Amino acid sequence: MVDFSLWDILRNLLQAVRWTVALSLIAFIGGGLIGLGLLVARIAKVRGAEAFAVAYVQLFQGTPLLMQLFLAYFGLALFGLNVSAWTAAALALTLYSSAYLTEIWRGCVNAVAKGQWEASSALALTLREQLRYVIGPQALKVAVPPTVGFSVQIIKGTALASVIGFVELTKAGTMIANATFRPFTVYACVALMYFVLCFPVSYWARTLERKLHGHR
Amino acid sequence: MAIAEAPEAVAAATTTTPGIVEIAGLRKRFGTNEVLKGVDLSVKRGEVIVIIGKSGSGKSTLLRCVNGLEVFDEGSLHVDGQPLLHGNVAAMRALRQDVGMIFQNFNLFPHLSVGRNVMLAPSLVKKRPGPAGVEQAKRLLARVGLAEKFDAQPDQLSGGQQQRVAIARALAMEPAVLLCDEITSALDPELVGEVLRVVESLADEGMTLMMVTHEMNFARKVADRVVFMHAGRIHEIGPPEQLFGSPQTAELKQFLSAVHV
Repeated sequence: MVDFSLWDILRNLLQAVRWTVALSLIAFIGGGLIGLGLLVARIAKVRGAEAFAVAYVQLFQGTPLLMQLFLAYFGLALFGLNVSAWTAAALALTLYSSAYLTEIWRGCVNAVAKGQWEASSALALTLREQLRYVIGPQALKVAVPPTVGFSVQIIKGTALASVIGFVELTKAGTMIANATFRPFTVYACVALMYFVLCFPVSYWARTLERKLHGHR
Repeated sequence: MAIAEAPEAVAAATTTTPGIVEIAGLRKRFGTNEVLKGVDLSVKRGEVIVIIGKSGSGKSTLLRCVNGLEVFDEGSLHVDGQPLLHGNVAAMRALRQDVGMIFQNFNLFPHLSVGRNVMLAPSLVKKRPGPAGVEQAKRLLARVGLAEKFDAQPDQLSGGQQQRVAIARALAMEPAVLLCDEITSALDPELVGEVLRVVESLADEGMTLMMVTHEMNFARKVADRVVFMHAGRIHEIGPPEQLFGSPQTAELKQFLSAVHV
């Protein structure tokens, strides 16, 4: 029987961490872009955007992320699209993130006083200029803490991609645990790595929150 | 309902030169509540119109219709010959460059310095280059007595100072008409004077003003015509000495006695 040292375990887990990071980044950036697009469409009162966004947000907030992953992986296969676990996971997590981010940011835009819209309208600014120079900067200030907070949820959410066979940190942990017969050690290392990823992010969020709050 | 038109106002309405602001048959509903029930008003260039009336009489709504912050349901509104077309983004942008507005709550942009508050709209809308914008902003801030506040943040200023910055910001767009919506109502009493003095100086320089206010002494002193709004209509209109001196309708008499003029 092969003996695995702690270093062997860590080394293999570290190899998998990059996929967790990559998946998180794709979900956050892709979700952010889609979420921002949806938000702007709603603000601009594009026809049907409001109804679509409400349904979209309800759909993704009202079903478990696990089911969304299953549907992306097995559902697309039904349509003859042969998607890899990687594609399905990236797609599902991106859509999931976009639904939450668009809703978080909508709240931040709504938090900007109505008078700011009126004053900038009265000064003949276009909607684009209002968003870029007046509403956006003020909403951004409110948006940073909850957005960073949600990105921690995304990192942890990527763990679910293991169930469709995508080898990220959690899946790698399962495989290594099966090979080494040391599940506790392995999963402790896995948890530690998630913590190392998430802690700086949530710490940063808390610092930002305190800083932005102090400026008011 | 009796509408007592001043003879001068009737004469003005029948002259051939159109006013800078022409309002005709304006109606506005909020749901089932009709707040403007057919308003006609012609404002001449350089005229100071003060609008008075009880809360809910439609005076602020009328003012907000002039730059399209409220969408009216019927009637027409022209500013300097341009019709107000709500759906038309380019037409609204053109019209709003002619109409400045000052609000009760100042509505300065809190994330921008005083100078940037003044310079933002001209640089975006009129494409005024940086140095010219800075020079103009400094000149306008000096005019409202705040030359030294160029780099201050809005939250470092008193209410009266913030409102004067808001006036400078509106003037930076070189509007033909300035709308003032209860601009002293949110101020402490001792700060009202400094803002009204700036407005008075604008009136003296020939700026066309449409002003909703509760400052009756100011109305008496500065207005060319006073409009008394009641229940969504112009109930009485005329020069201040006529409206305050010999009100024609019971509603105006009651209103004036309530505000102790």
